[in-house]
Amino acid sequence: MRKMLLAALSRVLQGPAAARTGAVSEVAQVVVASRTYADFASEATFEIKKCDLHRLEEGPPVTAVLTREEGLHYYKTMQTIRRMELKADQLYKQKIIRGFCHLYDGQEACCVGLEAAINPTDHLITAYRAHGYTFTRGTPVREILAELTGRKGGCAKGKGGSMHMYAKNFYGGNGIVGAQVPLGAGIALACKYFGKDEICVTLYGDGAANQGQVFETYNMAALWKLPCIFICENNRYGMGTSVERAAASTDYYKRGDYIPGLRVDGMDLLCVREATKFAAEHCRSGKGPILMELQTYRYHGHSMSDPGISYRTREEIQEVRSKSDPITLLKDRMVNNNLASVEELKEIDVEVRKEIEEAAQFATTDPEPPLEELSSHIYCNEPPFEVRGPNQWIRYKSAC
Amino acid sequence: GPPTPATMAAMGLRRAAVAALEGGLLGRVPAPSAVAARRHAAHFTFQPDPAPSAHGQTQKMNLFQSITSALDNALAKDPTAVIFGEDVAFGGVFRCTVGLRDKYGKDRVFNTPLCEQGIVGFGIGVAVTGATAIAEIQFADYIFPAFDQIVNEAAKYRYRSGDLFNCGSLTIRAPWGCVGHGALYHSQSPEAFFAHCPGIKVQLIFLDLLACIRVETLCFLEQVPVEPYYIPLSQAEVLQEGSDVTMVAWGTQVHVIKEVATMAQEKLGVSCEIIDLKTILPWDTETVCKSVVKTGRLLISHEAPLTGGFAAEISSTVQEECFLNLEAPISRVCGYDTPFPHIFEPFYIPDKWKCYDALRQMINY
Repeated sequence: MRKMLLAALSRVLQGPAAARTGAVSEVAQVVVASRTYADFASEATFEIKKCDLHRLEEGPPVTAVLTREEGLHYYKTMQTIRRMELKADQLYKQKIIRGFCHLYDGQEACCVGLEAAINPTDHLITAYRAHGYTFTRGTPVREILAELTGRKGGCAKGKGGSMHMYAKNFYGGNGIVGAQVPLGAGIALACKYFGKDEICVTLYGDGAANQGQVFETYNMAALWKLPCIFICENNRYGMGTSVERAAASTDYYKRGDYIPGLRVDGMDLLCVREATKFAAEHCRSGKGPILMELQTYRYHGHSMSDPGISYRTREEIQEVRSKSDPITLLKDRMVNNNLASVEELKEIDVEVRKEIEEAAQFATTDPEPPLEELSSHIYCNEPPFEVRGPNQWIRYKSAC
Repeated sequence: GPPTPATMAAMGLRRAAVAALEGGLLGRVPAPSAVAARRHAAHFTFQPDPAPSAHGQTQKMNLFQSITSALDNALAKDPTAVIFGEDVAFGGVFRCTVGLRDKYGKDRVFNTPLCEQGIVGFGIGVAVTGATAIAEIQFADYIFPAFDQIVNEAAKYRYRSGDLFNCGSLTIRAPWGCVGHGALYHSQSPEAFFAHCPGIKVQLIFLDLLACIRVETLCFLEQVPVEPYYIPLSQAEVLQEGSDVTMVAWGTQVHVIKEVATMAQEKLGVSCEIIDLKTILPWDTETVCKSVVKTGRLLISHEAPLTGGFAAEISSTVQEECFLNLEAPISRVCGYDTPFPHIFEPFYIPDKWKCYDALRQMINY
């Protein structure tokens, strides 16, 4: 009862036209500071940015309810991904992680918001910037970091590395730009064929949006009314090329032409969540595919070999960090609306850091996979055979 | 006739190529730990070629600078030459086009969207009008979306139009080969796929293009002529003369077999002839066969998997041409028939020990 009252109070304090950052009166903050744990509001309603629509009469709602539990969960998830990526950056610079490594920090609201709006039984496929999705689809941090360091305990047994991570109902982790998009339509066909009320979320970047096979896939998906949400994560740069330089139309949500589309604030988790709920409902109701453009930003360069400042300014990055950081946005909303206290969130930060440190410890001490793995998993359902190679004294037997 | 700028650009690539990740962009990361240092040791020792004397004064450049130099020459000589590809306007991820946009303008050196099939098809269109098109595919591993455009469209254009059209002035550059940590999608050697492109007559016009697909990996210093220069395609280079075994390789692997030759000389007293094949198609059968007639033994080494690799073609041709000269079966030291592995790269690659072992067996045959 008390909680409900507080929630009501919170809504009142918030006022009818709270800005995106949850601009609540300062009074609320003062009140929060003197409260105990049980005094938090159980939920609050926020205005979120209206999505731009393409071939849709109505779009997702312009308000979203965030419960305290949800908020804490989202905060922890986003903070974990952020810290995990920063740790990966560090391990890379120590040359413990090698090869190609694409970090997701800055874009956390996309994967967390998406996951909050679909079912675990739904399917998801993305490109090579896959760490965040690997985590939101249920893989522990230690397995992700161990995959990055190429260890046995990695989520792909140490055989995939940064670009190739997989989990249940998560089809990776794909290296060639745009190549995963047709796969997503295939997965969506399976959803429809088996009649399980499942959908496939097919992600690609603004760079991949210019690949021909993306358009081939739009056509198939629309033709066969496949339950597929195409999501263009537009982080403004395809490697070093800004979207304006690469695309004749940067209205990525319209580029499906005959496929309805939404342009979503990808830095706001609630916006992503509400839009995805809307899109998922569209797919589940049998209307066929829908396209979403998530406007987001990556803080790191394209990959570890790209310092990320030769084609954009430090000021630009700094401005996004200070004005639209997805974690700060959520944090401010929660604190300003009495959903959580600063101290409490700090405790979460400490907990997250500890988890990341432990995961990194595992990822640097876990053994590398045994050498037999070099030749395993080449063909399935085949009896073991000797892999052809150049050498008489190093022979590898394939395993299924 | 005089070399066309396009072939000169191709030449730059033949000699050299794309900067390595190690030496290039990734080189900026801090010093590694001792363990990491071991893991990062290159699998070969680079040995620079002696400075060429045929083309006048030379200047020391690394491989990617020599490509830039060749492209620079091409743009300077040929007003129709244009360079395009992903991020090339900024110098490219391998820094092969640094400064060219500023020098020649953004209408001649420009970025494309991320669309390999489109890039190559577009290049064919540019070339078929008679202009010189120089396309970059960022990694050879990314070239497969463009496979159709290359093998079906570019390769057959002249043949199927009865010579009304051709796209011989199209050059496609793509860096290939292992770099120590490239894993499944940044390490492959796709030369054999292209060497198998059907229609031999067609491949004659395809020549420039194919020659360029075989680019380099690591970043080292070589002496490069200051003035524009031309090196013919389809001409292998005998880097070291020898009498007992012929060793053929291309790309980075040349440096591996050079080291093997030294080991063989020191440990076994075996004299090796080293050939850098340089062009895959049409390849220089004469130089290779001549050498095998002399030595009676042939070892071919490439990073691509064994089965169906280009070594198979060389081996087959040489056994036909030199059957009675052979003292031992031809040996192929190649990658394993597995996808290019991530952390197992040191076990996968045909390193000097594998080559040395194969060589020893040939001697003892």
